[in-house]
Amino acid sequence: MTTRNGWLAILFHTLFVGFIVAPLLMVVWVAFTPEGYLALPLTRFSLRWFIAILDSDFIPAFWNSLLLGVMSATLSLALSVPAAVAVVRHRFPGRDAIAAFFLAPLMVPHLIIGVSMLRFVSVMGFGGSWITLTASHVLIIFPFAFRLALAALVGFERPVEWAAISLGADTRTVWRRVTLPIIMPGLAGGWILAFLQSFDELTMTIFMATPGTTTLPVRMYQYLSDNIDPLIASVSAALIIFSVAVMALIERLWGLDRLLSGKGR
Amino acid sequence: MAERALAVPRVSALPYLLSAPGLILYAVCLVAPLAMTALLSFYTFTMATGISTSMSLANYAEILADDYFHTIFARTFGMALAVTLISVLIGTPEAWILHRMNRRWRAAFLLVILGPLLIPVVVRTLGWALFLGRNGIVNRTLTELGLVTTPIEFMYTFTGMVVALTHVLCPFLVLAVWANLQRMDPATEAAALSLGASRTRAVLRVVLPQIMPGVLSGCLIVFTLAASAFATPAIIGGRRLKVAATATYDEFLNSQNWPLGAAIAVLLLVSILTIVLVWNRAVERRFAASFQG
Repeated sequence: MTTRNGWLAILFHTLFVGFIVAPLLMVVWVAFTPEGYLALPLTRFSLRWFIAILDSDFIPAFWNSLLLGVMSATLSLALSVPAAVAVVRHRFPGRDAIAAFFLAPLMVPHLIIGVSMLRFVSVMGFGGSWITLTASHVLIIFPFAFRLALAALVGFERPVEWAAISLGADTRTVWRRVTLPIIMPGLAGGWILAFLQSFDELTMTIFMATPGTTTLPVRMYQYLSDNIDPLIASVSAALIIFSVAVMALIERLWGLDRLLSGKGR
Repeated sequence: MAERALAVPRVSALPYLLSAPGLILYAVCLVAPLAMTALLSFYTFTMATGISTSMSLANYAEILADDYFHTIFARTFGMALAVTLISVLIGTPEAWILHRMNRRWRAAFLLVILGPLLIPVVVRTLGWALFLGRNGIVNRTLTELGLVTTPIEFMYTFTGMVVALTHVLCPFLVLAVWANLQRMDPATEAAALSLGASRTRAVLRVVLPQIMPGVLSGCLIVFTLAASAFATPAIIGGRRLKVAATATYDEFLNSQNWPLGAAIAVLLLVSILTIVLVWNRAVERRFAASFQG
């Protein structure tokens, strides 16, 4: 099947792709400037602003984000898989309501969750801590992990389990040796998506982050509201390169469009 | 476990136990905080005494009476509406063009268009600030070439916020329409063409009605995210052009007037949820009428 788009469609497509890509390319290009101010390098390119990242406080913020992302993605998976099992494999009063409720954070803007968590933490007197920050991240990424876990379990062929049972495997063995390996790719997709959601989250986190728990997006936002200089451009460029690598991985293993629309594999 | 699920349905505690950890998290981190925030919005605040727990509608009365807040809410929903409209007008044709490409080009361009969803919003917004800021590349080039004497204002303008936010959110619309196009039976378009319909007519009368659910759900995603967006309006609009999200942020973290901030947040949430409900109701009625089953 060859392309059936006319020249007008191709022109529109070119403009659209330009609109999407140009600002990102601009960031990467500016990041290579040898100057001390924002400029488009034309003849001389330098890595000085990338080297400058190493001494900046973006590095601890990056580690915070990474740690937070890994913890909350893992926890959200640990909580959402049993919930998905309940919803897919059991019929019980309140099932539809529970399934809908688990997707509810998608409907509540992150801003509102951030404000509410700030209030909750201050009323309960917890102060800013990793525990409350992680719990709130688990909450907002739960629907993503849950959706992918649902997709993995719905597509599951139950007779495979029955075969294992008829061959004498007990419930735990069936789960560990048959079910889990089969749904693993779907769950891993859910984990990646949940991790990225947490890693990129700004709107809610900004209400909860304290100097000790500042994440990368929060630090970048704070920096940006003071000034825009080549350092923030090089940090952004590094993140773009990181995202492109993750994107390549996702595309290879799951297909980006399938993962993003919650279809798993 | 598997055997029990096969047996005659009997209400067992197991599914409840399995969902319990998630439900507890939701109760603690979603329901309780939201209830506390709703309550907070009825409290009163004075500079001298801080937050007092005497209940009143004063915060809501202030927002509903003050032109300052009218402007903020009008700007918020105007921005969300503009972003949604532009996203539909450019995203729907783009999804259709992608759909008609050959396999290899399509895979590559899907990555290019959906990939930015994985890049932090702050980074994507920074691109626009670099591009079109007062000292940005475009203005500097234009000034150096002597084409303009005063820089074109893009930062701190409504247009700037709409353009940058469309850039951030439009991929969601492309994704929704694209997922819908995947489910469409290509034979229907071929049938319309073979029955003598022109290509325009086939697209408008056969393809468009089939992808309408995708377009409409994409619109809803873009609209709700735009109405509550924080990072892009904060960076491009700054203090000068506040929207509901940045106003809430300022009340909470700068003015320390938490009750007023909570009232803005509650009003924003209620308006968004109302729009979602009305929209879903209208869409359901529309599609119940045109597609039975």
